[in-house]
Amino acid sequence: MSSISVSTTVNGDPVDFVCTPDESLLDALRNRMGLTGAKEGCGTGDCGACSVLLNGRLVCSCLVLAAEAEGAEIATVEGMAGPEGLHPLQRAFIDHAALQCGVCTPGILVAAKALLEKNPDPSDEEVRYWLAGNLCRCTGYDKIVRAVQAAAAEMRSA
Amino acid sequence: MRYEKPQTVADAARLLTAEKGITRVLGGGTDVLVQLKAGMVEPDLIVDIKALPGIRAIVAEAGGFRIGAAVSNAQLGEDAAVRALWPGVVEAAGLIGSTQVQGRATMAGNLCNASPAGDAVPALVAAGAVARVAGPGVARDVPVEAIPAGPGKTTLKRGEFITSIFLPARPAKSGDAYLRFIPRTEMDIAVASAAVSLTLNDQGVITAARVALGAVAPTVRLVDDAATAIIGTKLHDDAQAALAAACSAACAPIDDKRGTIEFRTEVAGVLAKRAARIAYTRAGGQA
Repeated sequence: MSSISVSTTVNGDPVDFVCTPDESLLDALRNRMGLTGAKEGCGTGDCGACSVLLNGRLVCSCLVLAAEAEGAEIATVEGMAGPEGLHPLQRAFIDHAALQCGVCTPGILVAAKALLEKNPDPSDEEVRYWLAGNLCRCTGYDKIVRAVQAAAAEMRSA
Repeated sequence: MRYEKPQTVADAARLLTAEKGITRVLGGGTDVLVQLKAGMVEPDLIVDIKALPGIRAIVAEAGGFRIGAAVSNAQLGEDAAVRALWPGVVEAAGLIGSTQVQGRATMAGNLCNASPAGDAVPALVAAGAVARVAGPGVARDVPVEAIPAGPGKTTLKRGEFITSIFLPARPAKSGDAYLRFIPRTEMDIAVASAAVSLTLNDQGVITAARVALGAVAPTVRLVDDAATAIIGTKLHDDAQAALAAACSAACAPIDDKRGTIEFRTEVAGVLAKRAARIAYTRAGGQA
């Protein structure tokens, strides 16, 4: 199988990598770029553990071909924390113990950040619907929703 | 497997026509990549259509809208003008999958995946939507209901693919709606579904209607008898009952883990009644 050279931008940094035509963006992020925040839960777009932003749009990176990243802008969980420390969502997830095993957490953080940029003051129902594609088998979601709302409140008052 | 991202429709058609092996058109990829992962298909060529001119655009045309084949359902849902003209179509497309899937999935892909349960398809059929099909010859316009041929099969010929779906203009006092039954609130595949589009006169009498059913036959069903049952009425109870009966009579579903033949047949009629009431209200009728 032939190789494809891809030039893309990940978390604001230009990145070049080589991939096979059938390789997913998730595999390229993890295996070519060393960005292992996005996880493979199902590999079929059901669980959301591989969530990233592709040109500003929340997607499952397992359902994107790596070759499609050519010229694109990708944002992953690795880009969430700034020089001043963790993102308010990351801190809220720790404060509210909104994770146990943590496999779903990077995807939920990326998805929740996308929600709050679109809707800074969501209802609990809106949070639950937005995150319906992020499966967590540990926490039962209640702490996740509370953490998202706490971060939203902090970000609104900032 | 090769991956190609052509810049023109002619190049895309040439690539798809020239390939002797298995080809797949890549739009949002929410079905194609799942099939790749599952080993259901091993394509020799993937043609990514997202660089084609206009393929990701929503353009006003002749009082309606031309929706590019790679317009994601999330992008569609954010378009206030399309939502105002065809709310049932936008809602149907918006039901498909999670936020993440919405960011990639397209109506053209939903149509070409040819699942009997595709949510966008009945709404498009009720709307009288028309697919523009490109290929080795001259582009042709095909009513959406003529695209699916059976589960996983379409009537598209070798080298052909959809470049856009046209949602037509509609008269004043028109409305549409789509409803599906799933055993949970979100993220599931329709057990049965119904879409209704209708137009009223100034007296609130239905003058035109199209009724389409999903997940109750190998392909979407456009049910003329159901439309006839409500045309000339104000959607009173007897007209609703006739609508439901005509819908149930048009069902030829399967028994599977999602629902029985009897359940799907009954529920399709119930959903059609409810969708008709929503469409009637949206058209400005007093239900």
